[in-house]
Amino acid sequence: MKLRNLLLPLLAIFLILACSESTDDGGSTSDDFDRKALLENAADNIIIPALTQLVEDLEDLQLAQQDFTATPNTTTLASLRTHWLDAYMTWQYIEMFNIGKAEEILYAFQMNIYPTNVTDINNNIASGTYDLSIPNNNDAVGFPALDYLLFGVGQDETAILTAYTTATDAQNRKQYLADLIDRMLELSNVVLDDWNGSYRDQFVNSTGNTATSSVNLLINDFIFYYEKGLRANKIGIPAGVFSTTPLPDRVEAYYSGELSKQLSLAALHASEAFFNGRAFNGMGSGPSYASYATYLRNNNGSEDLTAAINNQLGVARSQMNQLDDNFSEQISTSNQMMTRTYDELQRAVVLLKVDLLQTLNISVDYVDADGD
Amino acid sequence: MKTSLKTYLNAKTSAAPLAVFRIGFGLMMFYGILRFWAKGWIQSLYIDPQFHFSYYGFSWVKPIGEWTYGLFVICGLAALMIAIGFKYRWSMLVFFLSFTYIELMDKTTYLNHYYFISAISFLMIFLPLHKYFSIDSWRTGIAVFKVPQVPQWSVDTIKLMLGIVYFYAGLAKINSDWLIRAMPLRIWLPSKYDLPLLGELMEQQWVAYAFSWSGMIYDLSIPFLLLYKKTRPFAFIAVVVFHVLTRVLFPIGMFPYVMIVSTLIFFSPQWHERFIGFLKRVLKPLGFLFLPLSRKRNNQPAPLRLSSSIVAPVVVVFFAVQLLLPWRYLVYPDELFWTEEGYRFSWRVMLMEKMGHTQFRIEDAGGRSFYVNNADFLTPLQEKQMSFQPDFILEYAHYLGDHFTGQGYDGIKVFADSHVALNGRMSRPFIDDSVDLYAIEESLAHKNWILDFEEEIDGL
Repeated sequence: MKLRNLLLPLLAIFLILACSESTDDGGSTSDDFDRKALLENAADNIIIPALTQLVEDLEDLQLAQQDFTATPNTTTLASLRTHWLDAYMTWQYIEMFNIGKAEEILYAFQMNIYPTNVTDINNNIASGTYDLSIPNNNDAVGFPALDYLLFGVGQDETAILTAYTTATDAQNRKQYLADLIDRMLELSNVVLDDWNGSYRDQFVNSTGNTATSSVNLLINDFIFYYEKGLRANKIGIPAGVFSTTPLPDRVEAYYSGELSKQLSLAALHASEAFFNGRAFNGMGSGPSYASYATYLRNNNGSEDLTAAINNQLGVARSQMNQLDDNFSEQISTSNQMMTRTYDELQRAVVLLKVDLLQTLNISVDYVDADGD
Repeated sequence: MKTSLKTYLNAKTSAAPLAVFRIGFGLMMFYGILRFWAKGWIQSLYIDPQFHFSYYGFSWVKPIGEWTYGLFVICGLAALMIAIGFKYRWSMLVFFLSFTYIELMDKTTYLNHYYFISAISFLMIFLPLHKYFSIDSWRTGIAVFKVPQVPQWSVDTIKLMLGIVYFYAGLAKINSDWLIRAMPLRIWLPSKYDLPLLGELMEQQWVAYAFSWSGMIYDLSIPFLLLYKKTRPFAFIAVVVFHVLTRVLFPIGMFPYVMIVSTLIFFSPQWHERFIGFLKRVLKPLGFLFLPLSRKRNNQPAPLRLSSSIVAPVVVVFFAVQLLLPWRYLVYPDELFWTEEGYRFSWRVMLMEKMGHTQFRIEDAGGRSFYVNNADFLTPLQEKQMSFQPDFILEYAHYLGDHFTGQGYDGIKVFADSHVALNGRMSRPFIDDSVDLYAIEESLAHKNWILDFEEEIDGL
């Protein structure tokens, strides 16, 4: 068969041609986008510093909690609340990185599920025996549970202090408070230790375009967080976008009241910073998905996707800035302002999910079927 | 003219090419069914979803729960029987019906190559592919020294079908996005940066242009290059290289192999006879497996014969449809790639990188409204496909309307907030969000609630 004799040499020639052409074009390698640098920037300047900060914040929170349980009074309560807020603010920079160990241990599910389940919390306190790691307790732990314990167990400060002093279950409540913070610190250390150990190198070297490569997981996680954790959970759901009536008790940090806007703004800031590769400590920036998009597409004029995303996030931020510090309050007085904020956040979802993902053309992990 | 047509229709040729085609087709289809099953797709694509997108006029074709597996068993067995040439016409009919039923169950999984399989298996029912090297033609005790003859046109119809697939795919590539902007390859190829050897090359812009242009030229010319003896070997090498490359670059499953094996039909009868001679030698030790089937057959009536008064009009109508259907887009206004009216069943392969984001707002009589979480109703693949295809959007809007009406809401209206990006352009609003889609019935008429594309894509 003549054909078979021809086939192999031709294939060989084709392959050689393909390879030699790529080496001829020597200058081409320099303008290739360095995906590893993107991942290094994310790991070394954003994720690990934020996690390190969170662990420090939680350690401070634990000290404040120990002071408080030793002598519950207005001063120790105020200190405890301050440190809770500090850690909660830092958490806004971490929730989006549901990757590696964090994904494995369901970190975010044990740190920030709200609305928190007051019945479960009180049952746990009453019984004194509980396993905080079980999924059933996901809505009875983490920052939202602390929000309730520090702001919601009484009408005012005096009543709250009573719950930790003279109330019959005061001892159990103090123990629950201590256990929650202990658990949060423990989980955070597990995630941070993994990053400081072997995971960091594994993460930055996973530069391929597969459903499980870091480059793809990271952007998928980011967009998922922006759409679900930020847009829906913080704004959309409480504003009643997905229900027939608004649900003002679904806001983040519901019991403290005045903090929902502050936390949402931090989350939005964290999203903008990550997209643009800005370091967690605010010092400079590195390769990012914004620069990756700029590399991949003709980013100019009306086609400038990076600018469009940043503009839209900016518009969403100024809309959010006009809201009441207390989203719950805002929903009750003028929910329209909330839904308007939602709309602006939503416009960025389109740019991220459609335009950015089309530009990056990443392999998505959820669609498994042939194409043509 | 009349006599030459008559001479052509009476011309005979060796049955060997059809036999090789039949065996290759049967085996690949059998493997394709196994592969589909092994990947768990029967479950994830046909059983898990709570809702299925139907083709216009075929909403009665639905998966049948766990019995869907039985459908695949039937289809796979029919493919195997086609390969060995046992009760060929019936096997072919069963294969066509079961395969087509599977494809009609949910248009989320529409692929041009599935349509190709349906189309060609319909044609094959009417062709004598069982005349040689098949159980049907095997008579124990009678040694067949001469290769049987079949009408020349029956071999040529398969060549024509393949030619239509390639040539129309080539015509569809003559447009400004493909040739001038090198889209969507300019998006797809750079994402293959992690391929060994080729990865770096894929990031070069000129490579996208080279692939676009050579792809167009390949599709338009390959049927003719395969027809002529002198160019055939090179054409076949081009077929192999082209399809292997597409296999490496894109997740297109079985299609490359199907096309490579199918194009063997263009080779000479002598080549096919030698190939069957080779198969005979290899398979000889296995003969005892087929013997029982064959012996029994001897006492049975001759296999189903189709009279040419049935076959001729069917084949003529079939090809008339094949030639005309891809042009139906011309009767629709606005940009074909945007509205996709007349896009399917036209060999428009890999022409678009299209993504969308579509949310549905449900409003009741009291003016209360809320957005739907699509993940509550659709699988990720369904949501992805629904987000940029108007007929999906409309069908899903009706499903949602029925669902919420069933929940007791009055005067339900369904609005779509949809944005779509096509071939690297910035996303733009896709559906008129003031139109109550629940009040619109699906039809083949132009969907005037699709917003303007406001750009031109020139070409066919």
